[in-house]
Amino acid sequence: MTRLLDIQNLSVTFGGLHALKDLNFHVDEGEIVGVIGPNGAGKTTFFNMISGMVTPSSGQILFEGESMIGLDPNQVTQRGISRTFQNVRLFANMTILENVMVAQHCRTSRGVWGSLLNTKGFRQEEKEIREHGEKVLGFFGSRLIGYRMDQPASVLSYANRRRLEIARAMATKPKLLLLDEPVAGMNPMESAELTDLIGKLRSEWGFTIVMIEHDMDVVRDVSDRVVVLDHGETLAQGSFDEVSTNPEVIEAYLGRPLEKRK
Amino acid sequence: MTAASVPNAAPALLPADTSIDWNRITRFGGLLALGLVFISLAGMPLGLNQRTVIEPVLSLGYLALMWLPFLAGYNVGNEIVLEGMEATKKGPRDLLGGLIVGAIGGVGLSILVLLIDNFDLRDPLVNWSPQLLEFLNFENGVGFGSWIWIPFCGLLGLAGASLQLMSQTMRRAVMTVILAVIVLSVFEFLIIDIVDPLKKVLYAQQGGLKWGAAIVVAILAAAFSLFGREPISQVRSNYNDATGPEKSRQTAVLIGLSVLALIVIPMFTGKITQELLANVGIFLLLALGLNIVVGLAGILDLGYVAFFAVGGYTTAVLTSSNRGEDWPSWFPSEIHWVLALIATVIMAGIVGLIIGAPVIRMRGDYLAIVTLGFGEIIRLLFLSDWLNGYFNGAQGITNIPPADFGIFEIKGTDPRSVFYLVLFFAAISIYVSWRLERSRLGRAWMAIREDESVAEAMGINTVNVKLMAFVVGAVLASFSGAIFATKVGSIFPTSFLILVSIIILVVVIVGGMGNIVGVIVGAFVLIGVLGGPKQPGLLQEFSEYKLLIYGALLIWMMLKRPEGLVPNARRSRELHQDEFLQDAWLKGEVDDAVPDSGDVDGTVAPA
Repeated sequence: MTRLLDIQNLSVTFGGLHALKDLNFHVDEGEIVGVIGPNGAGKTTFFNMISGMVTPSSGQILFEGESMIGLDPNQVTQRGISRTFQNVRLFANMTILENVMVAQHCRTSRGVWGSLLNTKGFRQEEKEIREHGEKVLGFFGSRLIGYRMDQPASVLSYANRRRLEIARAMATKPKLLLLDEPVAGMNPMESAELTDLIGKLRSEWGFTIVMIEHDMDVVRDVSDRVVVLDHGETLAQGSFDEVSTNPEVIEAYLGRPLEKRK
Repeated sequence: MTAASVPNAAPALLPADTSIDWNRITRFGGLLALGLVFISLAGMPLGLNQRTVIEPVLSLGYLALMWLPFLAGYNVGNEIVLEGMEATKKGPRDLLGGLIVGAIGGVGLSILVLLIDNFDLRDPLVNWSPQLLEFLNFENGVGFGSWIWIPFCGLLGLAGASLQLMSQTMRRAVMTVILAVIVLSVFEFLIIDIVDPLKKVLYAQQGGLKWGAAIVVAILAAAFSLFGREPISQVRSNYNDATGPEKSRQTAVLIGLSVLALIVIPMFTGKITQELLANVGIFLLLALGLNIVVGLAGILDLGYVAFFAVGGYTTAVLTSSNRGEDWPSWFPSEIHWVLALIATVIMAGIVGLIIGAPVIRMRGDYLAIVTLGFGEIIRLLFLSDWLNGYFNGAQGITNIPPADFGIFEIKGTDPRSVFYLVLFFAAISIYVSWRLERSRLGRAWMAIREDESVAEAMGINTVNVKLMAFVVGAVLASFSGAIFATKVGSIFPTSFLILVSIIILVVVIVGGMGNIVGVIVGAFVLIGVLGGPKQPGLLQEFSEYKLLIYGALLIWMMLKRPEGLVPNARRSRELHQDEFLQDAWLKGEVDDAVPDSGDVDGTVAPA
């Protein structure tokens, strides 16, 4: 297996606060990695940093062997890393179809002249954008397609917004998909279904996935490997069973038993 | 509760409150009094008094005061009726309310009369004058003037309130009559300019509708309102209900007819109308360009006039025989207008890039302030001593020749030719806006307007895409500048004040940001009726109060209809998110209510 993402000795500081400290992390191609950790552990900062929204203070990020330090978020997406957001951030007043169409911006190229002259190439590209958009929406069953496609994203239910966000990230044609709490706010049935779909994202679409998640059932079901972050540091790594029995991890989540504290 | 059960719910009407709302009455009365005093002291009644509306009864000056109590009287009886609530039965209570509100307003004017009579505040308030006193006294002495406004305004308030008691049809008829008479008399010049023979029929020698004519107009308007409305609303609802190819066919017919009208009408009208249309066109071009920058890409550019100036000056330098002396001899001079236009467009694009590159990295308020600065810098450069040898400073560049196209010439003395040229470029601008909005670039602009950080995370190079909007806007503005220079024949830095930027922005906002039809309507209504920064509009008498009216209109629009006269569907959704969601929920379009458990079966697993 080739190494897709390799993060070496990475630190991020906000003022005096070390959000991430000397982090080492890697993802192999075709892997699904779950990132867990208590609140404030630095999980979202970790995603922000990979996707270029936060610049690390030291260390190295290699994606397919090339450094990603200093790239703008749009260049990161261009290279093939796409993400969703913990607090769903859709383009609420654009239609559902437009949300996935606009995400293909960096994979397409026709500019002002194409659209003004309505060239054949332009029409062809628009058609392809539309078709690919419908394809990613179709991944979630009938919920996001049909008459729904032309409705603004703001009418969607919470769970469907999460689905649309994943669809939008898929539409950018990434190699690596970063999912930030994909099942948060879903009921058990919905999250079981989405767990299945995350598996399919790898098997059918060939994405490598890094996922932040608090729902341990989901993490157990889909992750090949689990990384535990706490206070900006890697606490443990390994299969779910290894990690979930690790006393340090339990301590980070549940706290130290009273008698030990003395 | 599911969405379907809502409309079936029995309407439990709450009883209406029938007591008199003194709080509301005094508030309206107080505001009315302030408004009347403000209008008087702003000089409107005196300034407009020369114009007669209906010979010999009513002048525009008195009308400037009279509409306000009428409106206040009507509005005090207005109420918001929510679903499930019973509307109050309109009755004496509302009439009394209107009467009192009007009377309180009248008290304001009475006090003003007494104050003007006894104190001299002419120093800070220029209109605090004996003439104003005369006017307010109906030239009958202070004794008369000090009380007459109270019953007079009271009656106007009563008249306004009585509208509330009428049925919808009657109310519409009355409003149509009032509007028809006022429009016909205020737009006297335009109407004579279009249909000359009407002058003798309708208007008195010294201006104003003849009172006989006014009665005829009123009857016709009432007849139209009562009987002519049906077919029109039929046509309109046909259009609204049509879908698919039928709708696009009707739209095409509509557009075709309006274009035809715009081509044909100027052939039969006099110079005033043509001049007016040409001015509207020049500002429409600017507004269409700004609409791309502000309406589509969401970049609040307050220095848009810079590109208008660059367009005007580039054309002037290249075509005029009287440009600055420091230009090197090899630099092309007095070239043909079309060549100059090409150079102008390129120049505007370059300037757009130069100004845009540093500005575009900023967001929101910061960006607005910086563009404001650049707008002024460009004007000051043209004005400066440093570049005096190139642009003649404050003397400006004169002797800009007409654009010669062989069979026809475009020059300022023939406003019709200018209008046709503007129409051509407006068509180009409209096409550009329309195509771009529905392209990959348009979607990217939309996404940036919604959430710039997410747009960037989704792979949009926000800097490039925004810069593109800036440059397209600059090029469209330069068209307008080139035509402006040729039309006026000379060009000065004072033509490019910051006021121009602001007025174009107001046109876009009032018309409906992001909507091409809205921008066109905005340009016709504001530039056509009120006038541009220096160009007179239809209401020439109002030109002194133009900015006052612009300001008042802008405030009113922001409060009551922030999406503009002809709103862009998406933008009004942004502004009325809650209401929109409520409507969608009532129609059962929001899927929160449906159990969300896969698309095959609707059953929820037991927890």
